[in-house]
Amino acid sequence: MSERSLRESGLNENYFELFALKQCFAIDTTALEGQYRQIQSKAHPDRFVTASSTEKLQSMQLATLANEAYQTLKKPASRAKYLLTLNKIDAIEETNTSMPADFLMQQMEWREALEDYKAAKDIDGLENLMKEMRQVASALTNELNHLFDEKNDLTSATATTRKLIFIDKVCEDINKAITQIED
Amino acid sequence: MALLQISEPGMSAEPHQHKLAVGIDLGTTNSLVATVRSGMSTVLQDEHGRSLLPSVVRYTADNGVIVGHQAQAKQSEDPINTIVSVKRFMGRGMKDIADKAHIPYRFVSNNTAESASQGMLQIDTRAGLKSPVEISAEILKTLKARAEKALGGELIGAVITVPAYFDDAQRQATKDAARLAGLHVLRLLNEPTAAAVAYGLDNAAEGVYVIYDLGGGTFDVSILHLSKGVFEVLATNGDSALGGDDFDHRIYCWILDQTREQNPNKNPLNEEDTRLLLTKARQAKEWLTDNDEAQIIAKLSDGFAIDLALSAETFIELTQNLVNKTLSPMRKAMRDAGLELTEIKGVVMVGGATRMPHVRHAVEDFFQQEPLTNLDPDKVVALGAAIQANVLAGNRSDEDLLLLDVTPLSLGLETMGGLVEKIIPRNSMLPVARAQDFTTFKDGQTAMSIHVLQGERDLVSACRSLARFELRGIPPMVAGAARIRVTFQVDADGLLSVGAREETKGIEASITVKPSYGLSEEQITDMLKSSFGAAETDKQARALAEAKVDAMSIISAINIALAQDGHLLSELEKNEINASIQSLEQTLTTEDSHAVHAATEALNETTGAFAAKRMDASVSRALAGKNIDEVDLK
Repeated sequence: MSERSLRESGLNENYFELFALKQCFAIDTTALEGQYRQIQSKAHPDRFVTASSTEKLQSMQLATLANEAYQTLKKPASRAKYLLTLNKIDAIEETNTSMPADFLMQQMEWREALEDYKAAKDIDGLENLMKEMRQVASALTNELNHLFDEKNDLTSATATTRKLIFIDKVCEDINKAITQIED
Repeated sequence: MALLQISEPGMSAEPHQHKLAVGIDLGTTNSLVATVRSGMSTVLQDEHGRSLLPSVVRYTADNGVIVGHQAQAKQSEDPINTIVSVKRFMGRGMKDIADKAHIPYRFVSNNTAESASQGMLQIDTRAGLKSPVEISAEILKTLKARAEKALGGELIGAVITVPAYFDDAQRQATKDAARLAGLHVLRLLNEPTAAAVAYGLDNAAEGVYVIYDLGGGTFDVSILHLSKGVFEVLATNGDSALGGDDFDHRIYCWILDQTREQNPNKNPLNEEDTRLLLTKARQAKEWLTDNDEAQIIAKLSDGFAIDLALSAETFIELTQNLVNKTLSPMRKAMRDAGLELTEIKGVVMVGGATRMPHVRHAVEDFFQQEPLTNLDPDKVVALGAAIQANVLAGNRSDEDLLLLDVTPLSLGLETMGGLVEKIIPRNSMLPVARAQDFTTFKDGQTAMSIHVLQGERDLVSACRSLARFELRGIPPMVAGAARIRVTFQVDADGLLSVGAREETKGIEASITVKPSYGLSEEQITDMLKSSFGAAETDKQARALAEAKVDAMSIISAINIALAQDGHLLSELEKNEINASIQSLEQTLTTEDSHAVHAATEALNETTGAFAAKRMDASVSRALAGKNIDEVDLK
């Protein structure tokens, strides 16, 4: 569906407003789930199986938007990135590549560890690395709570968001490596 | 065709308006049809009181078609014309079928498929070439007839279940089969989700549940979060070519090995013998569920006698690696859902193959809890599908059941170097739409080939090709300057459509993904024509009747909407809509189906903004309601 047709659905495209949530980083995830289900209980195509084609189209568009919005707000990294987008900041813009030197060093070590475990087909090693990544991600998420909601420091929040996105990517690659070994 | 009644979304139909809708489990080994009667989901039986319809179709010498038990009884006698487990061939080409030598059919590659290099395979029977879609349609027709007889009227539609791990080609083939059988598909529903609905509602289950569904030919594992009538699929995985049939096949190979060991000069088997031994293998497998040893006794067509004893221990040795093949999808699903074993509240066993003790043990070991087997693994999918059909038909108030499902496999397209760029990742919630921009590779490039793929691997050659189409008329520019926006959209049936648009000139191309392994629109029309034996005038009359039914349904839906939500419109808007309704009504007195279509389209167009306002209002009401609830809780 194009952006154009999403707009035609007449609903506000701000994901926080869509779910009647306050625009901030530390959202109430239980409320998000509840509101998401409320919207889908009205908008899901299953509710419009016998309706006119116009209503089917509307339902399809709103249900799609709600899914996209829900997925975006559910995960801290995508939520942070989205919050920055609303502030006209592109966290993963190509020109925006600066990273503190210590984090870059740390990154390289994790990457090397990942490659080593992968080569040794060491699933336990990979799973431990995953646990470490989750701890780092959780610390970064706490940092973002503070930077977005208390200090409104978008510059620092951008840097931290980039770190979190990076950690997510490592987690994804760890999962891929485990899957490859298991297959 | 009967006039379809349309009920307003959000309003339950009056009791006397109960619409006949069924759930169909189109299985590899057996198929079932169920419906909701007096609030209870019930499997419908045939005139002999049997619930299961063996998914076996036989083409007889007198041009007849026999489906079910009678066909199954002849499978060893007439194997070439008696098709079992046809589901394994749905949406599949010749190269997908691994062990053709041990399947007693004459497979034919479909070379008439216009788009892809290989079409869906066909089977040469005495009734001519039959595609798996046509064969499946025979099973669906039988179930439709059973349901209409039992319910005493024409069905308004059916929910048909498919393995969650079915890809787009297999789903499309299933939908085509329903269409050939004259069934209106309300929704394609994933089998494990259907099972979860039946189990969850029956047991008032809340929390995270795993559905382990090992059927005759397919394996699915789905992880769902159940909460107050909402069934949210968190992740799904599986193997669409792994099931009970494979266990039979291992026993069959063991029988051959044993026989050859004892008699090295034994004649090769003919098709009758192959089918006979496969049947004996299945019986031995079933016997071993409750016994320690199975006796396999068979007399082959050349008079050779087989008499073997298969112990449960040997059976486990032969098949343990098949059971282990289900572990990897379970691990993947758990990882995708981001869950720990301790978070799983229950594991529900579905599918006849889960009766095997070593399957149950493997699941118990994996999840560290005893799986739930307190329901009939053969029926639970059909029962769940019937519940969903009842809701979709509008027989039940809409507040109490909502299924949120996902796409099982990643979808993407081919980029330079034979690589796949993923556009929609697996386990995305449906419906979903994603767009991504691509650009040209060469200076002055004016066309682009869009190759749509499904699968998890990075290489095109390791993924399933779904379709190819071309976008032409790109204005010549230097390489990398053009902006081609490709959009992928997957609907609630899990079916994909893809569009491409050149952004500077607005050239568009789009398709509903279909051709590679499906039937072309033309083929379906031809089959429908030949099956109805309709003359050209009949076709026109049918088109006119359908167009009128369509028009009347929409007028009725809009009138109800106006009565309920007319206050959302200005007088001017109301007048416009009423005028549009009147023009459509005028065309209904004519015999011109094109005019009816055009006026229907026009009415749809006029009411677009109204539909959007109603949707907004409905959602706002829902969210407002939710907020009040929250206040009450505090």
